[in-house]
Amino acid sequence: MDSGSPRHLKTWLFAAFVVLSNSLGNFFIARGMRTLPELNSPWSLLQAIFTPFVAVGIVLLISWLLSRMMLLSWADLSYMLPVTSLGYVLSALLGKFFLNEQISLARWGGTFLIVGGTILVGMGAPDSREKT
Amino acid sequence: MKAWILLGLVVGSTVLSDVLQSFEMKRHGEITDLGPSGMGRALAAMARRKFLILAVFFMAISFFAFIALVQSADLSFAVPASAASIVLETILARLILKEAVDARRWWGVGLVACGVGLLSA
Repeated sequence: MDSGSPRHLKTWLFAAFVVLSNSLGNFFIARGMRTLPELNSPWSLLQAIFTPFVAVGIVLLISWLLSRMMLLSWADLSYMLPVTSLGYVLSALLGKFFLNEQISLARWGGTFLIVGGTILVGMGAPDSREKT
Repeated sequence: MKAWILLGLVVGSTVLSDVLQSFEMKRHGEITDLGPSGMGRALAAMARRKFLILAVFFMAISFFAFIALVQSADLSFAVPASAASIVLETILARLILKEAVDARRWWGVGLVACGVGLLSA
């Protein structure tokens, strides 16, 4: 398949949305939970869901689930898994720049391996029934 | 022992959820109309698919098992669980979903799995 074809473009747009919605969703939930006292009852958990940051995070994670299902309507599972693993990298970067988390040398190494794996698989066709 | 049981639950339910989603969405067919009405129709059709509902159920189990796992085990132990599910899912995609997993995909999955392992270091 031509990498500039409309289908390839659609695949990359959906993959980018899947990665962004998952990473930002997790980030907003983590950001929101850090400002809350310890949750020790189902009622406090329910209250946490309706705080602004956690609510935005949950909406983003619902968007992630639906866009991922849509992507799977034409892309193979064995294609989607490594390509959307870029989310691990984005989450690490969001943690470093916005939550002041530390990224060790080993984590940078892991980041490069994930990016390499994503590029390798992403160069092929999303559907194995197509020729690359 | 408890951590290993929770880890098995996380990996097992994640794998089941993803394989069911892929199986059902392949049966649904490619979503081509990305306009608001086309997306609405696709979402309505997806809400009626039993295996997708089951997939969301397994995803919820995976989510709560992961929360329980990180409460009783280190994150550096819990995160590589997702790397194990990536490898297992690729094997099942080949065996159950009959996807043609070529050498490039195997290498890509291997690199990602190793990378996730290092991220948790």
